[in-house]
Amino acid sequence: MLSLEFCIACVMLISLIIYMLTGGADFGGGIWDLFATGRRANAQRSLIAHAIGPIWEANHVWLIVIVVLLFVAFPVAFAAISTALHIPLTFMLIGIVLRGTAFVFRTYDVQSDVIHRRWSRVFAVASVITPVMLGVTLGAVASGTIHVDVESGQVDTDFISAWFAPFPFAIGFFTLTLCALLAAVYLTLETEDTELQEDFRRRALISAVSVGAMAGLSFILSAEGAPAIRRGLGSASWSIPFHILTGAMALWAIWTIWKRQFRLARILVPIQVTLIVFGWGLAQYPYLVTPDLTFSNTAAPDTVLRPLLIVLIAGGVLLVPAFWYLYAVFKGAARKAGQTKEEIGP
Amino acid sequence: MTDLLAARAQMAMSLAFHIIFAVIGIAMPLLMVIAEGLWLKTREEVYLTLAKRWAKGTAIMFAVGAVSGTVLSFELGLLWPNFMAYAGPIIGMPFSLEGFAFFLEAIFLGLYLYGWDRIPKYAHWFAGVMVLLGGTLSGIFVVTANAWMNTPTGFSIVNGVVTDVDPIAAMLNPSSFSQTLHMTIAAFLTVGFAVAGIHAYFLRRDPDNLFHRRAFAIALSVGGVFALLQPISGDISAKKLAKHQPIKLAAMEAQWETERGAPLRIGGIPNEDTEETRYALEIPKALSFLAYSDFNAEVMGLKAVPPEDRPPVAIVHFAFQIMVACGIVLIAAGVIGGWLAWKHKRLPDQRWYLRFVTFCTPLGFIAIEAGWTVTEVGRQPWIIYNYMRTAEAVTSMPNLVVPFLGFTVLYIFLSIIVVILLRRQIFLS
Ligand code: HDD
Ligand code: HEM
Ligand code: HEM
Repeated sequence: MLSLEFCIACVMLISLIIYMLTGGADFGGGIWDLFATGRRANAQRSLIAHAIGPIWEANHVWLIVIVVLLFVAFPVAFAAISTALHIPLTFMLIGIVLRGTAFVFRTYDVQSDVIHRRWSRVFAVASVITPVMLGVTLGAVASGTIHVDVESGQVDTDFISAWFAPFPFAIGFFTLTLCALLAAVYLTLETEDTELQEDFRRRALISAVSVGAMAGLSFILSAEGAPAIRRGLGSASWSIPFHILTGAMALWAIWTIWKRQFRLARILVPIQVTLIVFGWGLAQYPYLVTPDLTFSNTAAPDTVLRPLLIVLIAGGVLLVPAFWYLYAVFKGAARKAGQTKEEIGP
Repeated sequence: MTDLLAARAQMAMSLAFHIIFAVIGIAMPLLMVIAEGLWLKTREEVYLTLAKRWAKGTAIMFAVGAVSGTVLSFELGLLWPNFMAYAGPIIGMPFSLEGFAFFLEAIFLGLYLYGWDRIPKYAHWFAGVMVLLGGTLSGIFVVTANAWMNTPTGFSIVNGVVTDVDPIAAMLNPSSFSQTLHMTIAAFLTVGFAVAGIHAYFLRRDPDNLFHRRAFAIALSVGGVFALLQPISGDISAKKLAKHQPIKLAAMEAQWETERGAPLRIGGIPNEDTEETRYALEIPKALSFLAYSDFNAEVMGLKAVPPEDRPPVAIVHFAFQIMVACGIVLIAAGVIGGWLAWKHKRLPDQRWYLRFVTFCTPLGFIAIEAGWTVTEVGRQPWIIYNYMRTAEAVTSMPNLVVPFLGFTVLYIFLSIIVVILLRRQIFLS
């Protein structure tokens, strides 16, 4: 069981989870920028900008790690995914480019309201498109519609039908709601201002309910849209206890948000999201691209995977303290001092 | 436009765009670290102001570099899936290491840009050093992957199947050292002169401005030192090429015949139909000497391989001439500046010299684009030299001209905004 490719697959799943919890929340910030409303709309926007400014570039690297691991360790799968899903991936890239650049342009452009609003709009719309397209991609990979000849690596695809279907889009919007939930919960702790906290509490509750709705919808659609996953989620021995655990975690998280126990919610919501992504990974295993490509039949030779794993472990050990420092400086002190606005902008 | 051409155009456009921001991301941290270090040492306020001002402009560049680099990682698969299915595992080692370099850079960049008042002074300076290290390593790792495409090693082919993959040997291929050295020096040289040029422009208007004098001194020293190193590294590259990619060298020099005592050509128009190069200024035997350190060594000409195995000669030849021309001007700027400073024992702020350095502002970037054109176009028709043709690597996705045009419009738009914002940052003073 503990083959090299299994270990690499685990690292990829862990990276995906961390990307969701960190980078996903940055996209969620953009979503709430789009829906900033009311008297405090500008305060909400500036809180979001302040929260993600120092960390989004570091969080974004997780996505690159996933892509690199995919093409190093499972090259045939990488080729198949990027051929069949060329179109949603391209939209995702455009979203990534516009999100990142609009965010810095907004910080460094003239501080006039009109210009500021224009960049905000670009930043926010791109923050919506990107997670949806990421989810669509994951949904399409799970759907079982991408057929590949393992020997030659030839993909049998019309470039559209694999992703332009209800199930992938359900996963896309599911991803979007998860990002929104994470961001709203984190943001309750980024400010001392109780009115702002209330704004994001309300948003967290709305997104938590939407997450539940999208989870249900995705499950229903999976019967048609992703039969293999459905089998994994529905009938494996681990699946019932796992569903109960995830559901219980979700309810507990909603309860803590309701009760304004934001610190606890900030721990429970990430656990809930982790369980969701992890459960999807379990259901999909051993398939990488259902139904033809598995982790083992696309794995690169051991002479490649062994040094790769060594590098991952060594690099991971070096990165932990660096990440810890980054978060300690910006996420620890920010709340203590209660500053929100300084240091941004020219 | 055929799909193959559209894919090549999209890749070339994305790389040409990314490389500008990448070199700024590699080299600006050096200037900032020097300025901040001088502040820690002398406590002169002007150095701190300088480091902060540079950091602001660089923040914009970093973000554009990061997102355009992400596009590239995906494009490897979106455009060249067959290449990646074949080569992904072999060149995966540098790309994986690059991932860690990105982390290093991005983490410490956050600390550097937003941490001026949050972390101790020396920790802040150290964060700058880590950004510099991360950026430089990123550049080195990715160029290593490119070097492998030029001189593939570390695997063997049995009955058409790749076996015996040794990622470490692939990483240490014969071109890695020469290419990474050349590229890293190019980054510092280019950015040094670009920044020096901008401050020279302001010094001409306001010669006593301390801020611009200090900035000019730091940037010019960095640019000048690396300018002197570049021809040495270029020579190492040329010798490697003569050994491993003789046809690329022949295209760079528009050398058709295989001959002893081959001349070095300056200018000239290669004609691919008549297979000759006309109107060039020829320096007898110089090419043989540069390539093999022997005036009578034999240099392989383009006619040694059939026409379908030759790269587009004119593009490669012109691009090489442009790169070397820019290099010579920059070296001259470095040497003259050093001499003036040594002779008068002060900042070389003679008006004519400031004007000269201002003129040099874009030259490094032009040389980099030209240099990459030499490496990349000169490798054609191969994507993996002697193993896989570019035409075999391209995706089966139709209508590639659409994403090509889409990304082109996007990047033109971003370039315009970046120029406007930088102008504003610069003229703020
Ligand atoms: C690690 C890989 C890598 C790196 C670092 C570069 N390239 Fe490259 N380039 C490729 C990988 C590649 C490629 C994917 O392999 C292409 C596509 C077709 C080919 O032969 O190589 C290519 C093609 C290609 C072409 C088209 C060649 C032709 O039409 O004949 C140009 C003009 C460039 N590139 C220019 C650049 C520039 C300006 C770079 C500066 C950053 C650069 N390349 C770095
Ligand atoms: C196929 C070619 C390339 C790929 C796939 C690629 C990939 C990437 C990616 C994914 C990033 C973003 C990292 C982040 O989020 O921080 C990036 C940034 C960067 N790249 Fe590239 N890159 C390529 C070519 C180059 C070249 C030729 C150089 C320089 C020699 C270079 C140097 C850098 C540097 C220094 C950064 C850091 C960001 C910055 O400074 O702006 N890259 N690249
Ligand atoms: C006059 C001195 C120079 C000489 C003799 C020289 C020589 C070369 C050679 C032979 C190559 C091809 C290497 C290969 O294909 O493997 C090359 C590539 C390149 N050159 Fe230069 N060069 C010079 C100056 C410059 C300058 C001033 C810059 C930029 C500031 C520059 C930037 C580049 C880049 C970016 C490449 C492509 C990357 C690489 O393959 O190393 N060069 N140069």
